[in-house]
Amino acid sequence: MNLRKAEEKLFNILMRIAACIIFGSLFAISFTILVKGIPNMSWDMISKTPSGGFYLGKEGGILNAIIGSFYLAIGATIFALILTIPMVIYMNVYASPNSRLSNIVRLCLDIMFGIPSIVYGAFGFVLMLFLGLKVSLLAGIVVVGLLILPIIARTMDEVMRNAPKELKDASFSLGATKWETAFKVMVRQSLPGLATAALLGFGRAIGDAASVIFTAGFTDNIPHSINDPVATLPLAIFFQLSSPIAEVRERAYAAALILTIIIFGISLLSRYLIKKYSKHTV
Amino acid sequence: MEIQSAIPNTAISQNTTSVNTSPHNKNDRGRRRFAFDKFMERVVKIFSFFSPLLLILIIAGLVIKSIPVLQENSLSDLLLGSNFKPFTGDFGLLPFILSTVYVTVISIVIAIPLSILTAIYLSEYAGKAFLKFAAPMLDILSGIPSVIYGIWGVLVVVPFIRDYVGPWMGIETTGYSILSGGIVLAIMVFPVIIQIVFEVMRIVPNELREATLSLGATKWESIRKVIIKKASPGIIAACILGFSRAFGETIAVLMVVGNMVQIPHNILDAGYPIPSLIANNYGEMMSIPMYDSVLMFAALVLLVIVLIFNVYSRWVLNRLEKKLN
Repeated sequence: MNLRKAEEKLFNILMRIAACIIFGSLFAISFTILVKGIPNMSWDMISKTPSGGFYLGKEGGILNAIIGSFYLAIGATIFALILTIPMVIYMNVYASPNSRLSNIVRLCLDIMFGIPSIVYGAFGFVLMLFLGLKVSLLAGIVVVGLLILPIIARTMDEVMRNAPKELKDASFSLGATKWETAFKVMVRQSLPGLATAALLGFGRAIGDAASVIFTAGFTDNIPHSINDPVATLPLAIFFQLSSPIAEVRERAYAAALILTIIIFGISLLSRYLIKKYSKHTV
Repeated sequence: MEIQSAIPNTAISQNTTSVNTSPHNKNDRGRRRFAFDKFMERVVKIFSFFSPLLLILIIAGLVIKSIPVLQENSLSDLLLGSNFKPFTGDFGLLPFILSTVYVTVISIVIAIPLSILTAIYLSEYAGKAFLKFAAPMLDILSGIPSVIYGIWGVLVVVPFIRDYVGPWMGIETTGYSILSGGIVLAIMVFPVIIQIVFEVMRIVPNELREATLSLGATKWESIRKVIIKKASPGIIAACILGFSRAFGETIAVLMVVGNMVQIPHNILDAGYPIPSLIANNYGEMMSIPMYDSVLMFAALVLLVIVLIFNVYSRWVLNRLEKKLN
């Protein structure tokens, strides 16, 4: 009897230790980024593009990468939304959510979700050769859009699948067509969820580096058209960190802090949206 | 019965004709609505074929690009050769494959026990207040970009390995090593495993818990002997998904693993995983013959392994969900 109690106690302690390590590591990461990032933050960092000797530790900032990342992530999210909204509507309104085709599409999306971003990057390179695209914002948007497509689609799908079935039935029984039901009832009902899905995809798009190495390139300028190469924050951090000059490496910490703040901001925004708009749905 | 239902019907139709002065127009509108609906059905159906199509396209694209190198070198030379000299056309990928496997295995050895214990704690022991704190934490942890994990690795893990673990093991090391890569990866894998195991344990019916407890089992006994047993396929699937996540992770590992082409002999040696190989050489790959082809082949190897893991664990998870619901 005592042994059983001792085992219970032991595992309880082990579980608490494990939880402490895991949540502690999150704090450790945030703490490190804050401590290293804050002393190196300056207004120049977020308001200027790199000037002549930037990579030798001279003046300038990473405005090019901040703007570039936003262009890329916004473009990729819109591209992914255009592809996923019809997909999700077909799976949940036209077909039954548990039909064979819906399940196959769902499985494919889950599998695509697991494909590493470097493979999307490599595929993007193949695609660019095939379509004759050069390294550009457009190529970056296409590849990152495909990368975040499964995340957005699966999140939206879960939201729509969990919408009350009665809503759909009520709409049909009033004589609405499936299309009208989809847009006037289902999309409206799941709007907060759809917004969260888009933000989730956006967050992934802004933080991914491996897929844009091949496709978006890097530049010190803010892109003027979608055919220009574009700088992104993760790559800016990565390049600056591999510099042998201490000042440049320190800027990487500040850039990391900026990226972290953006990601936290997106996370907070999506929580707020869910809270605010959930009250309008059934 | 028939008469009763017929009466309101006629009433309605009379009503509509009296309200609507031109019934012909209304019919037209209805027809247009239905035609539009049918048309849109086709459109959205085509879109839903896009995801299987994309999956096929990715595989086909990488296969086509890796054909040139497969014609020059045999598959076994590529996968089992340890001589990697792009200028002379030697493309043995074994050092990269082994580095990937070592890094992933270390990460998974660290991550599995910690994540499963935490997931059990969250689903069986933790109070509502802690859950309210833990769930967003895990969301944030899984949303942090990998380059941030990489920076943390460079700033914290690498010096720790160099200054403490190396001397303790009696090995001189720069800190940029297989072990550093494994530790950083483990932290990235935590949320993946925890979230799935937590979901799986939640769908185990409560009656099972109550039945075992009422038979006099302690809480831990009921978890170990009944709940984990019920959830075990899901737990395995979660671990495999974590494994495949770690397998393909690029930037964070690239930053801490050292990137030296060699077969690592101990966990403090530098390694060079496949994703790092692809990411590091995008600049040179067009200038050396066959180099782009071999990199695409490396990406294909990565993809195939990840696909196998993913298909298997998704299949297990789907079946489990059906069985338990």
